[in-house]
Amino acid sequence: MRSRDIYFFVFVVLLTGIALSIIFAPGGRWLFDRDVAIRLGLDLRGGTQVLLRAAEPVERSVMQTAAGVIERRVNGLGVAESVVQLSGTDRVIVEIPGIANPEQAIETLRGTGKLEFIDTNGEFLTAGTIVRTTGSPNPVALLPTATAPLTGTEPTATQPISPTAATGPIYQSITDGKDLDLNAVQPPQISGQSISNQFAVSFAFTGESASRLEQFTAANIQRPMCIVLDNQVFSCPVIQAALIGGRGEITTSTRQDAEQIYTQLKYGALPVPLQVESSRTVSASLGQNSVDASIVAGIVGLTTVALFMILFYRLPGVLATLALLIYTAISFALYQLIPITLTLPGIAGFILSIGLAVDANVLIFARLKEELRKGKSLRVAIESGFDEAWPAIRDSSVATLITSTILFMFGNTFGVSLIKGFALTLGLGILLNLFTAVVVTRTFLHLVSPLPFAQNPWLYELKDAPGMRYVRETA
Amino acid sequence: MDKLVKLRYWWFAISLLVIVPGAISLALFGLRLGIDFSGGALWDLQFVERAPGQLDTERIRAIFAAQGFDGAQVQLSDTQFEGRTVAGALVRTRPLSETEPEPQRQNVLDALRAEYGQVTQQSLQTVGATVSAESTRSAIIAVIAACLVILVYLTLAFRRAPHPVRYGICAILAMIHDVLVVLGVASILGYFIGLEVDALFLTALLTVISFSVHDTIVVFDRIRENLINRRPGELFDDIVNHSIVQTLPRSVNTQLTTFFTLMALLLFGGETIRNLVLILLIGLISGTYSSIFNAAQLLVVWENREWNRWFRRSAPPGPEASTA
Repeated sequence: MRSRDIYFFVFVVLLTGIALSIIFAPGGRWLFDRDVAIRLGLDLRGGTQVLLRAAEPVERSVMQTAAGVIERRVNGLGVAESVVQLSGTDRVIVEIPGIANPEQAIETLRGTGKLEFIDTNGEFLTAGTIVRTTGSPNPVALLPTATAPLTGTEPTATQPISPTAATGPIYQSITDGKDLDLNAVQPPQISGQSISNQFAVSFAFTGESASRLEQFTAANIQRPMCIVLDNQVFSCPVIQAALIGGRGEITTSTRQDAEQIYTQLKYGALPVPLQVESSRTVSASLGQNSVDASIVAGIVGLTTVALFMILFYRLPGVLATLALLIYTAISFALYQLIPITLTLPGIAGFILSIGLAVDANVLIFARLKEELRKGKSLRVAIESGFDEAWPAIRDSSVATLITSTILFMFGNTFGVSLIKGFALTLGLGILLNLFTAVVVTRTFLHLVSPLPFAQNPWLYELKDAPGMRYVRETA
Repeated sequence: MDKLVKLRYWWFAISLLVIVPGAISLALFGLRLGIDFSGGALWDLQFVERAPGQLDTERIRAIFAAQGFDGAQVQLSDTQFEGRTVAGALVRTRPLSETEPEPQRQNVLDALRAEYGQVTQQSLQTVGATVSAESTRSAIIAVIAACLVILVYLTLAFRRAPHPVRYGICAILAMIHDVLVVLGVASILGYFIGLEVDALFLTALLTVISFSVHDTIVVFDRIRENLINRRPGELFDDIVNHSIVQTLPRSVNTQLTTFFTLMALLLFGGETIRNLVLILLIGLISGTYSSIFNAAQLLVVWENREWNRWFRRSAPPGPEASTA
């Protein structure tokens, strides 16, 4: 036994300890309160992934604004770990995990939020009414496809459609949401002018909308003006004074109302309409089934491999199985630490990498047996077994690394993003493999082989090992 | 065991026996493309109030058609719902509308519920035409890129052996063998049991490529080593044969362990990855076969320049020809 082996052994034990402390970290929190809870992909926990694309050609900067708006809306859903990501010049990828009705959530997100102030000729409209406006005379909600009678047994969350609006009047739009100066929209403040507590949201329009708004408000003081978002009446405040230069504020009696108005004004409008180009939705129960299936497959796979290795290679097989367990522990610790989101193909990649981890050991043990047959002593046979097997292990690992890298790059194309997880766990597995199969197994073999019980050819699946006899006689 | 190289033309014949029917199927039926590459929508539905066998595909097709999804393909399945087995269906249709997908989805589900009571949507994927075209393009690029990079790497790795390019090319030929086997089998299975080529299939194919090369490298590595220690007068044929015999236990054992893990995945791993695992299983067996019985044997064919003999009437290609 050499001191190098002892150092390696201590290192391996430490590493395994760290790995286990990450895997079993209480509450998924590790050193410095780092979140190391295992992350499951949408296919395992249920959820939805959507690729939204701008309906018309846009600049990347416009798309960035759109992604920002969507991100704020997603955050509004209060779902943890959702992802909003710009892809290319005109696409946004949205991922929302574990949500009950993902399709409707997506509908809410991609609503363009067309904001209009309309002239209702003095009429107060109920909030929620769908109206036709000059800016948008044919809202989708009023089109025949959407109004087809619903025969479902479950209530749907589709907006009830006000019958008067279907054929109703077209209201005059005073402003266009595009002209709203978002920087001028200020969060609600307690209004100083009023006796009772009132909350005010200030805003400002620019361009033509500003002048139209000024004219209209000057002529209609004490009459209502309705705020309409996506053809749906949101609120109908009464005009108190002319809005000079398109600047003004909306006052309400409760903070809640004010905040709602503020959110709608500030984040209501998407700069460009978005289309659902592709989407993938998985229910939570299907995800749970997949998790259960993967766990069973993983345990069965590991057990059969371990049994095979032990029955076939005996002592080295036992040590390789130990190395395999360490490999599994370190892999999962890395998934949790980096973190790598586990998907179904990702788990398949991991289980496959177990097969490869074993392959490296099989290569080494086959060489070890050959060397022992030639009459080399155990120590020398172990060393040359590793040295001889190394070029094959190295070359084949590099070849697999190459393909997993290409798979990973290819996985950046949205339609096939599933395979990214597979490439990641497989590639990581190969790298880790080089460590566990080579360093860990070698250290174990060196530590165990000098022990008296290990001087038995049967343990190496041999009838006779001349070199071993020599060691026994001189010992 | 010492006749492995002598019998090389028989091994090639066995390969052709698998590849030719696959190639014919590819030519006649092509591949059944999944929605990832052809675009479309895939609905995974669960009919909670119906036991397996109580569903009629024609009726479901009609319901989809009434909601504007003509030509839906319906495949019935058994699924688990709260511990009991209920009827399920995988329905493939054209993609959902890009501008208004939600009303369409609601209408289909409502129509199904009117007929079958409680129906849950397990998963729904829709892929538009642009996305599927992009995926197809990157799939082709990925396969070609993988082949080229591996060829370059192998040539570098075997630069000390005589004729390093041969090793790379023979490895690639063995790899093409495996790709043809997998594509052929996929085409046949696609025609008979409806196996679809999707993103996961491509993952499996690229993995098969890398494993095929992996196996070939192990055999080639032995040949490289034995060539360095070549005794005077030793035939190249014998060195290759010897190298194959030496690596055979490893090839069989590795194949067995991978086979066990894949079988575990196939039996217990769940529906979603079943096709992936099936393709991997076929590909890995083909990969081990081609590394031993094609790649290494092709090196011998090349070394002896046997193609000069192929078209000579006096010496027909056959096992005995190789002893010359």
